[in-house]
Amino acid sequence: MTHPPVASNPGPKVRVVTLKIDDHDVGARETDSILEIAHANGIRIPALCYLDGLSTWGACRLCMVEIEGVSKPVSACSTTASEGMKITTNSERLKRYRRMILELLFAERNHVCSVCVSNGHCELQDLAAECGMDHVRVPYRNATYNIDSSHDLFRVDHNRCVVCTRCVRVCDEIEGAHTWDVMGRGVNCQVITDLNQPWGDSQSCTSCGKCVQVCPTGALVKKGTAAGEMEKHDDFVPYLAQMRKRQ
Amino acid sequence: MSEAKKITLATAWLDGCSGCHMSFLDLDQRLIELAEKVDVVYSPIVDTKALPDAVDVGILEGAVSTEEDLHKARMFRQRCQFLISLGDCAVSGNVPSMRNMFDLDDVLDRAFVENVQAQPGRPSESLPTLLRTVLPIHHVVQVDLFVQGCPPSADTIWQVLTELMAGNTPDPTQFTRFGA
Repeated sequence: MTHPPVASNPGPKVRVVTLKIDDHDVGARETDSILEIAHANGIRIPALCYLDGLSTWGACRLCMVEIEGVSKPVSACSTTASEGMKITTNSERLKRYRRMILELLFAERNHVCSVCVSNGHCELQDLAAECGMDHVRVPYRNATYNIDSSHDLFRVDHNRCVVCTRCVRVCDEIEGAHTWDVMGRGVNCQVITDLNQPWGDSQSCTSCGKCVQVCPTGALVKKGTAAGEMEKHDDFVPYLAQMRKRQ
Repeated sequence: MSEAKKITLATAWLDGCSGCHMSFLDLDQRLIELAEKVDVVYSPIVDTKALPDAVDVGILEGAVSTEEDLHKARMFRQRCQFLISLGDCAVSGNVPSMRNMFDLDDVLDRAFVENVQAQPGRPSESLPTLLRTVLPIHHVVQVDLFVQGCPPSADTIWQVLTELMAGNTPDPTQFTRFGA
């Protein structure tokens, strides 16, 4: 005897809304973010801290979009859709803002691509090319941050960190270890392991390496990689996130 | 028969590894095509010793690390109508600028005292004075075009030069990037 298919978790009922993104008419659930809707419809919005499968952080501000009738740009990752919204993803003002954000990121720490293990596989580097950031107009800070090589397998180079907190979120939400967290404010803000102890001494780290795979730059890397050799694969995150929800 | 006036081109090598100039030489047979339209009036790859007073296009490789680099960058800006930063060192400071994380005195001691067995000591003559901070070219003079890459490929350089010769302003971000 066959049973009709039954959804294991139908979830709460959500309304469907229609909206316009760059002159494309799209339909979406009202709980979806503008960024998710855009990506689902093949519309590219640059983003750095956002990663499918992790909670929304809204820190990098690269996914800013304009909504008709709203004077300030909003971050597409943390703004949900509503009926009749008219969204612009790539105006001259937004391009200017994105370029400026990238210039500030490159000026804040050491992002010398040519000698980085992630050269050619770096989201920050790709975003600079995508957004036409061909030179940094602000002064470079030339600040020195620490490099922690105490872990047997991995290394963290804070000079290349953009504090997107993907590592913090994947460690907490997917691995469940919460080894990573954030300390300090402003330019002194940095990710830490346990209570700012060397990564190699961490009692909570399971050495799963998820943080390394989701890191968009050469900040978290596998040891033993030379310039350009660190390729990362973060496509497991949405799958694991989906599996967690079903449990 | 009068020949069309050739575009004058000058290049210089500041604090870089010369890789960008090597990439320029990698144009190979295209150098002959280039020579039909362009006159290289000053460069490490030609024999002229002085930069002419007026040049159409100037290309600078390398970051500004010494008083000498600073002088050259200013002279190029003064005498070249169109100035190009070629390669990551010129555009961003790149590897030479990584010494900015350290104090200049520590850098000099590391290079000339700590790791030297025969006659350790800082050189007092024949070397240009190092600036405290290594800077990209556009932080000391205005630059008209930025070509990223470490080094930019010969194809990138060719595309930039052919666009310029055709009277267009190229957009190098379309075919190169930092670290390329």
